[in-house]
Amino acid sequence: MSDLSNLTIQEASRLIQSKKLKALELTEASIGRAKKLNQKLNSFITICEEEAVSQAKKVDKLIANGQKMNALAGIPFGIKDLFSTKDIRTTAGSKVLENYVPVYDAASVARLNNANACIVGKTNLDAWAHGSSGENSDFGPTRNPYDLSRVPGGSSSGSAVSVSSGSSLAAMGTDTGGSIRLPASFCNIVGLKPTYGRVSRYGVIAMASSLDCIGHFTKTVYDNALVLNVTAGEDGFDSTCTAQKPDDYTKDIEKSVKGLKIGIPKEYFENLDRKIKGLILEAVKKLEKLGAIVEDISLPNTEYGVAAYYIIQPSEVSSNLARYDGIRFGKTREKFGSEAKRRIILGTYTLSSGYYDAYYLKAMKVRRIIRNDFVDAFKKVDVIVCSVSPTLPFKLGEKVSDPLQMYLADIFTVTANLAGVPSLAVPCGFIDDLPVGMQIIGPDFSEKLLYQVGYAYEQETKWYGIKPKI
Amino acid sequence: MKYAPVIGLEIHIELATKSKMFCACSADYFGAKPNTHTCPICLGLPGAMPKANVKAIEFTQKFGSAVGCKLLLSSKFDRKNYFYPDLAKGFQISQYDLPFSTEGSLQIKTEKGDLKKVRITRAHLEEDTGKLTHATINDRRVTLVDFNRSGVPLMEIVSEPDMESANEAKVYAQKIRQIARYLGISDADMEKGSMRIEPNVSLRKVTEVSKVSNGTKAKKELPPYKVELKNINSFKFAEKAIDYEIKRQAEILDKGEVPAQETRGFNEQKGITVSQRSKEFAHDYRYFPEPDLPPLHFTERQFEKIKNELSELPDEKYQRFIKEFNLGVYDAEILTREQKVAEYFEEAVKAGEKAKISAKVIANFIINQKPNIEKVLPADLVSHIYQKTQKTHISDDELEEIVKKVLGENKKAVEDYKKGKDVALQVLVGAVMRESKGNVDPQKAKAMLKNLLTN
Amino acid sequence: MKKKQKPEIDIDYVSKLASIPLSSKEKSVFEKQLTDVLNYISKLNEIDTDSIEPIGHITNLQNVLREDKPAPSLSQDDVLKNAPKTYNGFFEVDAIFEEQ
Repeated sequence: MSDLSNLTIQEASRLIQSKKLKALELTEASIGRAKKLNQKLNSFITICEEEAVSQAKKVDKLIANGQKMNALAGIPFGIKDLFSTKDIRTTAGSKVLENYVPVYDAASVARLNNANACIVGKTNLDAWAHGSSGENSDFGPTRNPYDLSRVPGGSSSGSAVSVSSGSSLAAMGTDTGGSIRLPASFCNIVGLKPTYGRVSRYGVIAMASSLDCIGHFTKTVYDNALVLNVTAGEDGFDSTCTAQKPDDYTKDIEKSVKGLKIGIPKEYFENLDRKIKGLILEAVKKLEKLGAIVEDISLPNTEYGVAAYYIIQPSEVSSNLARYDGIRFGKTREKFGSEAKRRIILGTYTLSSGYYDAYYLKAMKVRRIIRNDFVDAFKKVDVIVCSVSPTLPFKLGEKVSDPLQMYLADIFTVTANLAGVPSLAVPCGFIDDLPVGMQIIGPDFSEKLLYQVGYAYEQETKWYGIKPKI
Repeated sequence: MKYAPVIGLEIHIELATKSKMFCACSADYFGAKPNTHTCPICLGLPGAMPKANVKAIEFTQKFGSAVGCKLLLSSKFDRKNYFYPDLAKGFQISQYDLPFSTEGSLQIKTEKGDLKKVRITRAHLEEDTGKLTHATINDRRVTLVDFNRSGVPLMEIVSEPDMESANEAKVYAQKIRQIARYLGISDADMEKGSMRIEPNVSLRKVTEVSKVSNGTKAKKELPPYKVELKNINSFKFAEKAIDYEIKRQAEILDKGEVPAQETRGFNEQKGITVSQRSKEFAHDYRYFPEPDLPPLHFTERQFEKIKNELSELPDEKYQRFIKEFNLGVYDAEILTREQKVAEYFEEAVKAGEKAKISAKVIANFIINQKPNIEKVLPADLVSHIYQKTQKTHISDDELEEIVKKVLGENKKAVEDYKKGKDVALQVLVGAVMRESKGNVDPQKAKAMLKNLLTN
Repeated sequence: MKKKQKPEIDIDYVSKLASIPLSSKEKSVFEKQLTDVLNYISKLNEIDTDSIEPIGHITNLQNVLREDKPAPSLSQDDVLKNAPKTYNGFFEVDAIFEEQ
């Protein structure tokens, strides 16, 4: 059984399609593991045994009939409980939606269903995606499988943990200010924040509409590219989805990084924890050995990222959460948790009469400046490499009483959301047995390149081989 | 102290598109069972996202062009945030600072008969809300919500406060309705709710106009308050509500106080306006650009096309009918009130050309006889008129019989004539004309009468 | 934004505007926490943005429009499925009074 949970999508897919492994067996193993570990990890809010088993059986039948299947057929997936899943409870991690059952599927979920992936369950998250640790869920915190006393990162905490602990081979998440990259980095897995507009947001409960990105977690870089091949593309419902056709992300993934220019932004390393800095620079050295050229660059307005982000995001949050009035669905507004209330109040204030210019408008101007930093940098280099988190995974309870401290955990991740550019988080080692991840950031729609860089590094290091002892 | 009313109108017009503003639900919801014309988008379900209806935008720009507005090359949608049970998302997608059209105007005819310009500040596009109805269930008062109307495209037309009487407001609103119908963008029916008007009313103190040496008038200042009126379901009620407001405000001003700036609802039964609970923060809408909808950019070429493709508007048609068909102002106004009547008239005129039936005759017939233009083809109408004006041939013998009959029935007139009263002959001619249903040449009738009378 | 002015958040007004009921304890805790955040945010005053255009949309998209073609709506059952109170096909809420 444990063998199955260690499979990558690439391996499992090969076995299933060559009939050496039944999709049902893999799905049942995943569900078994999910159930077994949930008390310890609390990574699932809802486990969808019936639906997953039914889908897995369908896959086995189609394969038996000689049908050619997508690489994701029969692959167990976790879905962040922010994504609408038809007839499957969707809570957003909040008591407000405790019993809400959507009547439609999110666009990305529909694509996964069409590819015959098997949804194992709806994963835990910071309620409404408000959080960087996984501690803000109304359904209890999620724990880091590498150290149960520590946070797994958020807000896509449950999705990261489900992949990291082997209950699913992939999981969907959202990244508005780092909510995929941070948990990926804390849990030793690969996490993609795609370019804004690359994957349809339709059906995903909106946090901050101009910042939300739909991404996903996997064990390996190749797996990650397989998933993007299915989820990328416009759907006709999301007006902010690009019309630009997606690439084939697995094709040429082994391309060499020889001649690739890597930018090291000084602002991301100046006050960085010495040990983390060491690990990141080691990773960069490995890429250099493979032929990449490293260059020092500057993203001069980095220090304003968190401030701009914490104006724009709560402003949009306050508007997006206005529909929760308990009339058509859900409970009434006093059921919102503290963090949600805080952000709604902050965002209402920053948009209110007399303050719009000083806050939201100002932040949108700063946003342009921050994006220009990236655009300028990408004239000199092909990708940017830096740390995901300023700290190692911290202890549960360590930052909960100081919201501002929690917000500063996003210092290296919010800038990519403000600029709209894609960023791939890949594991780059351990410190005190705790995972550390690095970001590979590229220009708009450069996911294919990010995968090539991530793959090259991963093949040299294979950090995903170090499993949590759970 | 004398007061001059200062009246502006905010008019909402439901656009007659097939689908809603931001989703593909059918916009033809009138009479449907509750909550059967909705989807995740217009219902405001978690995760739903809008996509703008191109036709609704075209209609709004068409209207803007028709009322002389400047069309904006760059436009966008904005969120207007407030809480109300009929507002599914807790915000309405509307337009704030970059509406599709601005700065237009309309000419209206005042009661005195002169023309007055009413400026139009803007015409923008937004989505309609759901509908609330009040009910009592098991002795408990409740409000019921139907979202069928939620998301239907709504064009909002805001005027400057250029009107000075309830009548002017009514005429302006009628003109807006006429143009909307002429353009085919809405049925603009107040009973159905596809046109709604909200007057805002205040009173300005009229003081002696100070005689300035160069003869310019003192600048008109706007009053320091205005009252918004809601729940007006017909033009008649609009006039009533405005007149009531003018009186109510005058009484307050007479006391030396200033009327409160507020929203008041019109009570149809009592014919009065009543203050609605005003929440100061209710007006803090926290507008910001709609992040889920990319901006809109148009070209001058597109705007030229819209302008050129505008069908003839009511005022133009009215002027043309007077000139081209030599109609009086009254007739021209009636015939151009509704586009389909005007078109019918012109078709009939064309058909009447061969039979040499004048436009004036056709106009009179349509106005006075009110034929069913849906059922009677213009060509058929013309032949009907032709039949009626055709003189039936009357033989001399038939004429002689009629004359003898008339002489027998009008003994007094005969006596008067014989006494030398020539005017009595006219009376007898008149009688013959009546008896023969006008199918006789009056001169012939006169000759025959004279002949028989002198013999 | 006026420089050197301590940001003050009128918690009562904003919570009403946001329709978020707060206990008096929550009000005082939030007031402090949010003032801290606003103080941090005032960092943005260090940058001169007078000549900068705000980012309207991060994508270069424009004129994303839909043809005026109707499509089937949800069934009434689906629409009402998650509602706490319904009546004869309507959503039911406590009476709203519009007149004083």
